[in-house]
Amino acid sequence: MTSGNPTASPSANTRVPWFRRVWAHGDRLYQILLLLASAAVVVLVCAVAYELWANSALSRLAFGWRFLVTTAWDPALTKTFGALPFILGTLITSAIALIVAVPLGVGTAIFLAEVSPDWLSRPLGFLAELLAAVPSVVYGLWGLFVFIPAFVRPLAKMLERGLGFLPLFDGPVYGPSRLAAGLVLAIMVFPTITAVSRDVFRAIPGGQREAAMAMGATRWEMIWKVLIPYGTSGFLGAIILGLGRALGETIAVTMVIGNNLDLTASLLHPGYTMASIIANEFTEATFDLYVHALIEIGLILFGMTLLINLVARLLIWRVSLRSRTEVRA
Amino acid sequence: MIASGRSRLRLRRSINSGMLVLTAVCTLLVVAPLLWILGYVVREGLPALSPEFFTSLPTPVGVAGGGIANALVGSLMTVGLATIIAGPIGILAGMYAASHAESPLGTAIRFSTDIISGVPSIVIGIFAYTIVVLPQRHFSAFSGAVALSFIMLPTIIRTTEEMVRLVPTSLREGALALGAAEWKTSFSVMLPAALNGLLTGVMLAVARAAGEAAPMLFTAFGNPFMNGRFDQPTATLPHLIYVYAVSPYEDWHAKAWATALVLITLVLVLNVTARLFVWWRARKIGALR
Repeated sequence: MTSGNPTASPSANTRVPWFRRVWAHGDRLYQILLLLASAAVVVLVCAVAYELWANSALSRLAFGWRFLVTTAWDPALTKTFGALPFILGTLITSAIALIVAVPLGVGTAIFLAEVSPDWLSRPLGFLAELLAAVPSVVYGLWGLFVFIPAFVRPLAKMLERGLGFLPLFDGPVYGPSRLAAGLVLAIMVFPTITAVSRDVFRAIPGGQREAAMAMGATRWEMIWKVLIPYGTSGFLGAIILGLGRALGETIAVTMVIGNNLDLTASLLHPGYTMASIIANEFTEATFDLYVHALIEIGLILFGMTLLINLVARLLIWRVSLRSRTEVRA
Repeated sequence: MIASGRSRLRLRRSINSGMLVLTAVCTLLVVAPLLWILGYVVREGLPALSPEFFTSLPTPVGVAGGGIANALVGSLMTVGLATIIAGPIGILAGMYAASHAESPLGTAIRFSTDIISGVPSIVIGIFAYTIVVLPQRHFSAFSGAVALSFIMLPTIIRTTEEMVRLVPTSLREGALALGAAEWKTSFSVMLPAALNGLLTGVMLAVARAAGEAAPMLFTAFGNPFMNGRFDQPTATLPHLIYVYAVSPYEDWHAKAWATALVLITLVLVLNVTARLFVWWRARKIGALR
């Protein structure tokens, strides 16, 4: 951009106020500003990875890959650390969450996108989105004082009475448990799964529906045999995004899982997840190796969520490519 | 043949209506927890609310009264500073991504945004701990604000990008044709046109950051007193709820519910306002076209 008065002599230039002179370079400054902000965002991701890597060095050197598969967690005497109980805890609670949330979430998406009239699906969709806005700590509070006594404990008692011979449903029932954490997580991932699958349904071209209906399919047959196969990778993306949210959820899980180091198979027993051990012990970690072991758990968690989000984006991107429609995720 | 065909049709039709009703039941089951949670928070929280609750500091267990003034101020400080950090960076990066959508850096921004939004908040907390708390050797409101600003970034970038893209290109071309410089077009034409959208993004981000307890555990840390200083630990609303909820005292549980009512009201008001903004804007753009 050229600027100022082209006929002005260099001596007149000195009388131009400083901000005018800066403005003259407005475009270049603006470009630099844009680039700086954009680069900052990209650098941030690398910085997170680097900091987690660098600050878990002691633990990585001391335990190596064994950290992933050993169960010892003894900061007091032997000072040995292994992450297996927490990795398993995270996987188990997330699995419970998905088993509950996927059918309900996709069912809701079908209802909102294909079944209910517009005047009903709008406010219902709004409510489902508000569910995503409720702070995690409020879920924890509600889970701890309302949901566990009113729902989880009776359910756990029933499971123990009926299926107690399986190690999975071994008693006794306390209340705070892996089951409680999984169910609270299910409620927390409903909005993600519902919103993304609803968008996938909306991105499917109307011609698919019309063709199925014209062939004499009932509405359910159209949904089940045409729309769901058509959007499969999109629904997988929705499920995996939900999984990503469940894996990293911290405060609510810490409040309802009971925080217990004993490694039992029972879903009805209290346990730990990767996020909840960090939340619970980070400020109590008294020596460097202990802190580094906790940060290494954070590093594993970061790696897991990174991988999962990449896969989910890829799947959703494929669907939107296919139907040439933007899918919001 | 015809008879069996009819009964088959009847079967298909009843499966159809059965499954459709089932999807309605799913919807009820998904929405029910929201109503259950809201109902309980209001029922348990409302009786403990009073003007003093907002203006007084916490009292020791067993001493009557006491409030959340320190957490209110702490949340305001951390979220406010986080907005000041993340707002400009997020809006600029979003504008870049909108105007250079196909460039490598534009793609990199979108990609990084997706990744950051997937990183668990506790991991962001560790990050803020290693870059701010470790070098300074003490917990502080500032480190909490840094953690929250990272959490706010993805929402701000995404909404900015979407909203700037919604501005009709004719506006931009008109300004450029009148001889306005690129930056002037951006700041005095594009940004005002997209302002509602940007505010929406910032509001949603503030709502999310205001409810984050996990990264505050080892950044802002909590503090029963009020000092208004960024270099000191501070209480925040979500962290206070956590501390009160996991304590063994009835009195603190009641205060946790009351604080939850305050927090959830704040968050829902921000969310609903943001959505109204989007709706209003969609109408305005519809009228333009």
